[in-house]
Amino acid sequence: MKVMLQHVAHARSGDKGNTSNICVIAYSEALYPYLRDQLTAERFKAHYAGVVKGPVQRYEVDGLWALNFVAQDALGGGVSRSLCLDNYGKSLSARVLAFELEIPDRLAGELRGPRN
Amino acid sequence: MKPLIRIGAGSAWWGDRVEPARLNAERGDLDYLCFETMAEATISAAQVRSRRDPSFPGYDTYLDDRMRAVLPACLKRGTKIVTNQGWINPRGAAERIVHWLRECGAPRGMKVAAVDGSLITDRVLELTDRILENGKPTSTLRDTLVSAEVYQGAEPIVDALKQGAHIVVSGRVADPSIFMAPMMYEFGWDALDHMKLGAGNGIGHLMECGAQVTGGYFADPGFKDVPDPWNFAFPIAEVSPDGSAVLTKVAGTGGAVNLQTVKEQMLYEVHDPANYLTPDVVVDFTTARLEQIGPDRVRVTNLSGKPRTPTLKVSIGCTEGYIGEDMFFYAGPGALRRAQLAKRILEERFKIVQLDAEEVRIDYLGLNAIHGAMTPADAPEPYEIAVRVAARTRTREEAIKVGREVDGMAVSGIGMTGKRVPHQDRTREIIGVWSSLVPREKIVPSLSFYEV
Repeated sequence: MKVMLQHVAHARSGDKGNTSNICVIAYSEALYPYLRDQLTAERFKAHYAGVVKGPVQRYEVDGLWALNFVAQDALGGGVSRSLCLDNYGKSLSARVLAFELEIPDRLAGELRGPRN
Repeated sequence: MKPLIRIGAGSAWWGDRVEPARLNAERGDLDYLCFETMAEATISAAQVRSRRDPSFPGYDTYLDDRMRAVLPACLKRGTKIVTNQGWINPRGAAERIVHWLRECGAPRGMKVAAVDGSLITDRVLELTDRILENGKPTSTLRDTLVSAEVYQGAEPIVDALKQGAHIVVSGRVADPSIFMAPMMYEFGWDALDHMKLGAGNGIGHLMECGAQVTGGYFADPGFKDVPDPWNFAFPIAEVSPDGSAVLTKVAGTGGAVNLQTVKEQMLYEVHDPANYLTPDVVVDFTTARLEQIGPDRVRVTNLSGKPRTPTLKVSIGCTEGYIGEDMFFYAGPGALRRAQLAKRILEERFKIVQLDAEEVRIDYLGLNAIHGAMTPADAPEPYEIAVRVAARTRTREEAIKVGREVDGMAVSGIGMTGKRVPHQDRTREIIGVWSSLVPREKIVPSLSFYEV
């Protein structure tokens, strides 16, 4: 079944200069391989098109069921220069929650949150 | 050697709440209470302010509030304090802390240490070569340079503790190092023991953002629920001599310490999780093991490290012009169409007044001001919209034009425009922050001691 990532994983963004890092952490060990296989750096960058202007590097931390995306040129020149209201990019992690993933039906019980 | 030390967080940034620090001091049974109060631009902003305002003492503007809140309980329990509230004047901050210690009846002879040596504004262009972000020579920053500071490690704080300081106040020190210094001092860790320091700095990283590991910056209703999110506590680490720790918080408070809060914080502001560079050590988070061992208790083991790099990071603040910013409002049926016409009017007005800007941004707050170009094309039209406009300019005179054109939207704008009375300065100065590296051996910290 197709589900939004928000049912599969949680996320947090942080800033360093003009670089944003967004970690995406599976809610369970069983869900993690589907996250790792489908949320590639290329797809991540496409999902953030228009805001992330530089390269995206993905790091896997299997022990935490986590992916860490490091997106360059993502904060409008940097926190102090940005004209964006959210100049730290604190809400950028919310964008990845809308990414669509294909998850086996048998894992429905592992998914979080209300689904329509 | 103590079999365990209890380290609590007192703040995660300048504007953080004070009450959780008091709570940790009073009920955390702490050996150490540590404060982190800086952002990337804090030092440069303090330099700009001190040039304009001779009465600004140059240290954390909440120093008095924080010390008054925690010192009575810290003195009673014997809790030591490590803090970077010194900003550009650690010695001034130390003297002020001595004042509050006296007010609280601290014993004569109790020592406060100030750690200096981080500020290298006068020497930065000689000591550094390239700007990390763009590869240009740092000498290109000569004309706009405001301030430069090195991120120091834990060692000068450890030295201060060894020389009997009860409270250590520093300028710029890497955030995790503030929390690791007590571990190095109490457990006798060598500054080159990268496995112990990797663990200690990893724990420090989990603590440095305060409530971000106890349920703050986390809750998402229906997905990640957190009890009583109006009553967060700051974290406490129970650290063992081998560098393992249990993260927890004062019982009876809101928030949560669980695997999810700890994982999110572990990767917060981290790039390569196997190589997190700090002045003391390169931390490897990928080896970590986490275990929920009780309610709001997470055990962190097996964090590791690699030898420190030969260089220290330098943060260089420069004046880079101004931002002018304002907003006005629409509501009800047709809010978006009126906002769209208002945007067009501003664009034309900026041409008429010849606004000289490097970048102009006009958003519909409520629709696309936060996620910008990522906003889905089919996002529903909101009932209320703010038109928010910002421009980056070389001079303040140009930045002022933004607010002046928004003023014009009051009686010369379009129907049903909601406006604020211009009650504040709608411009601000930009202090851009660049990074570079300096050879470690060029930086010599200095300690000063003050006694009650």
